[in-house]
Amino acid sequence: MSDNPVPTSFDTTIGSKKPDPILIVDAMAKTFGGLRAVDIDHLEVQRGIITAFIGPNGAGKTTLFNLITGFDKPNNGSWVFNTSSLAGKPPHLIAQAGMVRTFQLTKSLAKMTVLDNMLLGASKQRGELLRYALLRPQWQKQETEVLKKAGTLLERFNLSHMRDEYAATLSGGQRKLLEMARALMSEPTLILLDEPMAGVNPALVQSLLTHIEDLRDDGVSVLFIEHDMDVIMGISDWIVVLAEGKIIAEGTPADVSKNPAVIDAYLGSAVAEELKDV
Amino acid sequence: MIMNLLADVDIGKLLGLALRTSIGVQAATFALAAVGLNLHYGYTGLLNFGVVAFMAAGAYGMAIFFTQGWLGGSLILAIAAGLVFAVGIALSIGLPSLRLRADYLAITTIAIAEVLRISFRSQRLLDLTGGPFGLPSIEDRNANVSFADVVTVDWNPISDGSYGFWRLRFDDQTLWVMILGWLMVLLATLLIWGLMRSPWGRVIKAIREDEDAARALGKNVFSYKLQSLIIGGMIAALAGVTRALNTGFVETQQFRPQTTFFIWTVLILGGAASVWGPVVGSIAFWFVIIFVEELLRQMVDSGWIPEAILKSNDIASVRMIMMGLMLGALMIWRPQGLVGKKEEAQIDVR
Ligand SMILES: Nc1ncnc2c1ncn2[C@@H]1O[C@H](COP(=O)(O)OP(=O)(O)OP(=O)(O)O)[C@@H](O)[C@H]1O
Ligand SMILES: [Mg+2]
Repeated sequence: MSDNPVPTSFDTTIGSKKPDPILIVDAMAKTFGGLRAVDIDHLEVQRGIITAFIGPNGAGKTTLFNLITGFDKPNNGSWVFNTSSLAGKPPHLIAQAGMVRTFQLTKSLAKMTVLDNMLLGASKQRGELLRYALLRPQWQKQETEVLKKAGTLLERFNLSHMRDEYAATLSGGQRKLLEMARALMSEPTLILLDEPMAGVNPALVQSLLTHIEDLRDDGVSVLFIEHDMDVIMGISDWIVVLAEGKIIAEGTPADVSKNPAVIDAYLGSAVAEELKDV
Repeated sequence: MIMNLLADVDIGKLLGLALRTSIGVQAATFALAAVGLNLHYGYTGLLNFGVVAFMAAGAYGMAIFFTQGWLGGSLILAIAAGLVFAVGIALSIGLPSLRLRADYLAITTIAIAEVLRISFRSQRLLDLTGGPFGLPSIEDRNANVSFADVVTVDWNPISDGSYGFWRLRFDDQTLWVMILGWLMVLLATLLIWGLMRSPWGRVIKAIREDEDAARALGKNVFSYKLQSLIIGGMIAALAGVTRALNTGFVETQQFRPQTTFFIWTVLILGGAASVWGPVVGSIAFWFVIIFVEELLRQMVDSGWIPEAILKSNDIASVRMIMMGLMLGALMIWRPQGLVGKKEEAQIDVR
């Protein structure tokens, strides 16, 4: 385990201060027509832990991801990542700064091989600059390193046997895995995963969870959206609950599962029953 | 009956003409333009419907600089000026439209191509572009200013005479321009081959597949698209230059939108996103077009096709119909083109 402060000691009031926040969101709002999809006063995400965003369908989780990563523009609001303000920055600069996301609707690059998908993920590649592209010796060494890293990750994500296949031939679950593995190629400091387990074979989910925990232990901060309660309760260090664009609760899994507002607004009685066993 | 037809058709002439055209300078210019379009559309996914704008920029840039005697009347420098002009066109198309959705680029490219053609034709630019008469102007010709002569006479290392065999005989000047044309096709193809097997090419292909995925991985999509537009545009400009040097003059009729659509057909026929697709496509395209046109001509002349259906002078317009048929057939039976990979076929309507 990392030597980060234990989340159980964090304040569970909404928008509470965290000892070492990697991401701070302030007064962020996004409306679609009359709909307030996101409306957040203040949110801090602690560095080095696994934070989960949960909430009913349409709560604004994906929209919040889009705003933070620059894929959508908020009506107003500011956010700071690793002490630098990201408001108005384009997505590729945000990714280069070390905050890399995956998508709820997977974006595998269908007419490229699995391996090429992976190689693309690596950041700061010399060979990606036009002036070096034709000069193979300028990037050959780095390419070999990137290849090695891709091999290791593909192994971990059970995709090694598919490495030379076109991504189009992968199953839905395999595409989720590929997208996550590809994002990890860039060695992000904060990774945002939008429903990474959706459609993934339950037998593989366990090993993925272990992998996410390993990431955290390596010092990567993880922020993920998920609907599967077992997954959320199993690996989250901290949970933020959204409903109708607003944060309605935050806390450790134990806090959240006991919170009457959460049970009311989101979990519903059936899930509440299930949670009694947790 | 079929035997009778065969007796009336001169197969040797048919094949000879078709082959001759498919290895000629015209086929080389179309191949070159298609190599440029292949980078745009085949690899980057950019819908450039104004290929002819880049060709016109190259040809006119070269012709204007040469006939005006700017840059000391050097043809090499004039060609370079044509390429720089094409870069300017790429920037003026790309800067406003590449940040927008793909269809905006398509609209902008069509528009720029027509704006360019009509401006070159206008009376206001008569002194520069020769307006509807093109370049070199009558005065230029009287003064013996000819860019074609520089290539076919001054630069020509082949001694006078006629080379080849059978119906594939070419005089030294034609042969020399053919060699130059195909040499440029080869160089451009090797350039694309080299680029596309580099990490740069990987980013380019990723942009074609999904721009947002590329952005999410930290790639500056706008900058890559602009680079692709510029490089492909310069290759297409070189095609325009080659064509001008071959015909000996430039005029706006050479740069009508239909040329763009012929080049699209060439690319799709050969196979978009394949390195040799544009080359194979151009050779096959010209072979089929000339073969069918000549066959029809012979059939009309020998009375096999009644005048009421098709007259000799209408045969040239059959070209457009054939282009449509070729595209239709490809969509149905071979969306990846002649040499493209099935898995990487861009157009798959099924
Ligand atoms: N581009 C858009 N245009 C209009 N409305 C949008 C757009 N994107 C999202 N919305 C709306 O914003 C709200 C929040 O959507 P969002 O996708 O963020 O929900 P979510 O919490 O990710 O839900 P899910 O769990 O189903 O993925 C929804 O009501 C949705 O209809
Ligand atoms: Mg969502």
